[in-house]
Amino acid sequence: MTQVLLNALVVGTTYALIALGITIIFSIMKVVNFAHGQLYMIGGFVVYYFNVVFGLPFWFGLLMSFVIVGALGIAMELFLFRPVMLRVKREEVTMLLAMGTAVFLESLALIVFGEKQRGVPPIATGIVELFGARLPTGRVVVIVVAALLIVALMLFIGYTKTGRALRAMAQDRDATALQGVNLKWLSAMGFGLGTGLAGLAGGLLVAIFAVHTGAGTAVSIKAFLMIMIGGAGVLSGAILGGFVLGVLESVGYALLPGSMTFLIIFLIVIGFLIVRPHGIMGKPWG
Amino acid sequence: MNTQDTIPMSGFAMPQSAASPLKPLGLGLLVAIAYFIGVPLLFGGNGYVLNVTTTMAVVSFISFGVWLTFAIGRINLAQAGFALIGSYVTAILVSRFGVSFWLCLPLSGLVAAIIGGLIGWPVLRLKGVYFAMITLCITEACRLTALSFPAVTRGAQGIVDLPLPGELSLFGLTLIPAFEKGARLPFFYLAGSLLMLGLWFMWLLDTSRVGAVFRSLRQNEDLAVSLGINIAKYRVVAFMVSCFYAGVGGAFFAALQQNVYPTSFQVIDSVYFMVYCFVGGLEFVIGPLVGALVMMVSFELLHELQRYQTVIFSGLMILCILLMPNGILSVLKARAARAKEASDA
Repeated sequence: MTQVLLNALVVGTTYALIALGITIIFSIMKVVNFAHGQLYMIGGFVVYYFNVVFGLPFWFGLLMSFVIVGALGIAMELFLFRPVMLRVKREEVTMLLAMGTAVFLESLALIVFGEKQRGVPPIATGIVELFGARLPTGRVVVIVVAALLIVALMLFIGYTKTGRALRAMAQDRDATALQGVNLKWLSAMGFGLGTGLAGLAGGLLVAIFAVHTGAGTAVSIKAFLMIMIGGAGVLSGAILGGFVLGVLESVGYALLPGSMTFLIIFLIVIGFLIVRPHGIMGKPWG
Repeated sequence: MNTQDTIPMSGFAMPQSAASPLKPLGLGLLVAIAYFIGVPLLFGGNGYVLNVTTTMAVVSFISFGVWLTFAIGRINLAQAGFALIGSYVTAILVSRFGVSFWLCLPLSGLVAAIIGGLIGWPVLRLKGVYFAMITLCITEACRLTALSFPAVTRGAQGIVDLPLPGELSLFGLTLIPAFEKGARLPFFYLAGSLLMLGLWFMWLLDTSRVGAVFRSLRQNEDLAVSLGINIAKYRVVAFMVSCFYAGVGGAFFAALQQNVYPTSFQVIDSVYFMVYCFVGGLEFVIGPLVGALVMMVSFELLHELQRYQTVIFSGLMILCILLMPNGILSVLKARAARAKEASDA
């Protein structure tokens, strides 16, 4: 059981990164980024290319996954979401736009990266024993790095000027603009930060699981499950949702045959939403 | 421009279609003539065109359901899941129990509608993004259900070699002859009939009092409640009708392709059903048909680009949203309004 819970910790921390990214975008832009899983996949491939193809260190690749996927996010905000949000009659259109981007990125990735499953060499060797369970050192490193990233992000959002501006913008755009905050710059930056986190999560997990171009949709669905459990638009909810899904998934895979696990998770989530439509931490939102 | 979005009350008083410059009955007749007479005359010998048109007709039929859930203000991404349910109901009944396809067709819709009602009752309390996400999960859950119970669904192997639809007779009178192997026209006409029936019913619904109630749910649920409308009942009804469309469409595809796999309808199909509604325009009953026509024809035209097909197609889709965020028909409508203004002045 300890083994299962440790596994849950590994996936939980990286899932929390994914959920945080999608939550930041949602809370400042009111856009659900359906392309999040595809950005995660691209992050994985960025690390693969820097580490395996160009022969550079894994950590440099990880940094680049944040930079490149973040830049991609900024471009998406500037050239796709901003012009459309100015003109639409219905907010659903932005969701559709995100889906179109998801299909576009996935089919583009298929051409650029090919169909093969890609992985990187282990980032650390050896095995660590924790509470009587064995865990490869690589996984421990991933947990630690992901946890550090989450802490750094929370500090950034909580205590820096930009972080405060982001939170203010999530609460009230007009009032934030009146305080002299440059909303255009900030929303592009927030979008880039959110997608960059997806890239980081993909880059980190490629060290444990391999990545392939079709991985995106499944990751997006998991991200939705997390923010539905935790509550959309709440950072603490995103982290909680990530861990809850990590535990459910690890326990499920340990006890049940493959496809059953997520079927049961879906049923649990649907049942849970009947009781708490806004997730654990979420505010009532329509 | 669209006053109905800003003044919720007008949804009760004035059917939206009355404001539409597109004359519904004439337009329906035009579609019917183009489909039943135009396409067979022009492309009757061309199996490829017939196949694409058949698929397009039923895909727009399924998309009408998504359109209806849009009308009540919900973004429905579960449509592919319910289409998969419809496919499996038909496949299992036909292959295991030898039930006639003509009975399975409405039955699949009914089963999908009942399951939709059971799931929809709690889930429809969610709004906006939450509803979109949970319905996306429902589509995925349907695929996983098909995978997880191989005793019933044969899992990943799918149910293959389904027989073609047999003859439909009433009191010894043959209404529809049995479908022959390799013949494309029977499916073509069946798809067209479904499309026209679906479109007709949607139009009836949209212009009726129920349609006005549906629109009021999108515009302001609290106001609708205050007028004594049982919103929970109406939205479940709308969702069940939507699922019925999905189930019937899924049953049709099971018969057309003679097989069903858990991957026959996936999340991406749900997205496409939604895209067709958007591209056509959400304010128009005929929107899903226009959207499916434009998108599927352009997809087929890109066929020669082989592996670049999907990239360019999705790029076009994004461009479509960028240039016409409110749909093709809204552009036409705005143009018609401008022309009218010009002639009045």
